[in-house]
Amino acid sequence: MVKRPRMSAMRRKEAITGYLFIMPWLLGFILFTAGPMLFSLYASFTNYDVTSRFDWVGLENYRRLLFDDPFFWLSLKNTAYYAVFAVPLGIATGLIIAVLLNQQVPGQRVFRTIFFLPKVLTGVAVLLLWLWVFNPNFGPINVFLRFLGVENPPLWFSDPNWSKPALIIMSMWGAAGGYIIYLAGLQGIPKHLYEAAAIDGASPFRQFLAITVPMMSPTIFFKLIVGFSGAMQFWESVLIVSEGGQGGPSYSTLFYGLYMWQEAFGRYRMGYASAMAWILLLITLAFTVIQLNLSKRWVHYEGDSR
Amino acid sequence: MRQASKLETPETQTRLPKVRRWNPWQILLRTLAFVLLCIISAAILFPALWMISTALKPDTQVYASPPIWIPDPLMWENFAKAWSLAPFTRYFINTSLFTLAVVFGTVLSCSLAAYGFAKLRFPGRDFLFVVLLATMMIPGMVTMIPQFILFSKLGWVGTYLPLVVPSFFAGAFFTFLLRQFYLTIPTELSEAAKMDGASDFWIWRRVIVPLSAPALSTVAIFTFEGTWNSYVGPILYLNKEELYTLQVGLQFFRTASEVQWQYLMAASLLVMLPVIIIFFAFQRYFVEGAAISSAVKG
Repeated sequence: MVKRPRMSAMRRKEAITGYLFIMPWLLGFILFTAGPMLFSLYASFTNYDVTSRFDWVGLENYRRLLFDDPFFWLSLKNTAYYAVFAVPLGIATGLIIAVLLNQQVPGQRVFRTIFFLPKVLTGVAVLLLWLWVFNPNFGPINVFLRFLGVENPPLWFSDPNWSKPALIIMSMWGAAGGYIIYLAGLQGIPKHLYEAAAIDGASPFRQFLAITVPMMSPTIFFKLIVGFSGAMQFWESVLIVSEGGQGGPSYSTLFYGLYMWQEAFGRYRMGYASAMAWILLLITLAFTVIQLNLSKRWVHYEGDSR
Repeated sequence: MRQASKLETPETQTRLPKVRRWNPWQILLRTLAFVLLCIISAAILFPALWMISTALKPDTQVYASPPIWIPDPLMWENFAKAWSLAPFTRYFINTSLFTLAVVFGTVLSCSLAAYGFAKLRFPGRDFLFVVLLATMMIPGMVTMIPQFILFSKLGWVGTYLPLVVPSFFAGAFFTFLLRQFYLTIPTELSEAAKMDGASDFWIWRRVIVPLSAPALSTVAIFTFEGTWNSYVGPILYLNKEELYTLQVGLQFFRTASEVQWQYLMAASLLVMLPVIIIFFAFQRYFVEGAAISSAVKG
């Protein structure tokens, strides 16, 4: 190995300055991310419950979660249910809006503002609004359904079978702003592809299937996988929309994060909840690995098509 | 990031095929697209309109069936009434100060760290940047529990410190966003200043920060929106009513007593108002920030 030359004085000064500039991030990383995570990993192997006990229990927390805790699996199932519907439907919403906007319709600016609004309208206020919109008796949705002749419209957040669909509808509303990324992708598709297809007599629908969909698929897959990973962390809204924030009715909105929150800050089983956190981290990691592997291939494909 | 750079190209506006003749397919398609967009817009606006409508109703019309969309009379006094039913002025002051502190801390610390990553060379920089990227993947729930234990050991529970202090330690995503922006600023500018003997801090303050106003605004506006609407952090750390933020206060306003919907919607509207105003005033930055975060985080 070649010995590295000693840094010149100027280089060294720049290095010190560099570390000073990134110090806020570096300290924050050590104090608020890396340190806490190591602590949390350790805590996940103990029965830590804030008061005093900090006994090493080995893999007991993980064993109990995986083999002895029906609520763990129920919360995972609820979260997966939400993800499986909310993510593709959200992508479809954004994609459809992008395709429509790409038709050079008049009023682009107004439409863009409207579709973006849900991205801004978040927080407790909007969740309360949804509770009111889904109100079984007086909410406009059920009034409309009765008007259409539905005799017993869903009770939404009061019905275990309809609470998750209600949340999925809410998520689709929020996903409208996602059009922005698909529109950028659509506009990146070379025009000559469509022109060639039109000359060959392909209908717009056929062009959409044969050109738009394949050209957009990298973006769609990326959003799908990143979306799944994000949806695994969906739970905060349930604190507001479920009765008492308990994940009801009949545990139908007990999402993974909510169960972890209850274990950690309701029952103060911090060790147990830390184990849940690490299982979530592993799930997220798995999605990230899949995404990185696939994205390598997409870059390759795109290079070929040029 | 690849996608984000393509956004808002002027080409979108100008590539209408003016020379080509209109073919019937296109006219049909455009009309259809326009109609569908109007329907989707109506679906998106409808909850917001329902909120405004409810907020302006006299209590006799809130539960009317079929629902009344335009109340008569318009009860503008509902807003004042709702505001006075809980200490919302107190919550408003708390939330404003809290949000300002977090926005200031985030913009300052992320901008400094981003300069270090973008413009300075030091051993370990690229490795640390990969670490920074990796931390963006970590779910917030993973650090929430140990952070709570840390802050409770420090005796910070029941204060704003756990919510404000971390924002002065450069969060990964906005540091990354600003670093990408700083990379596009030509190095010649800072090199020239360095020849004249300027320090890096001077260059950051006098060259980089003024040139990156759009990116800094995006960070500020996104942080504002996120902090103003945050709920889980405040509910975890703020356990006294006089400390509540608007979000927490609104939730307690709802559960404390059987509140009537017109007051609840009026209060909710007022809580959202600052974010809505900022959105309409700085829409461009919102859209840019959302595009980047959606290209990176999904």
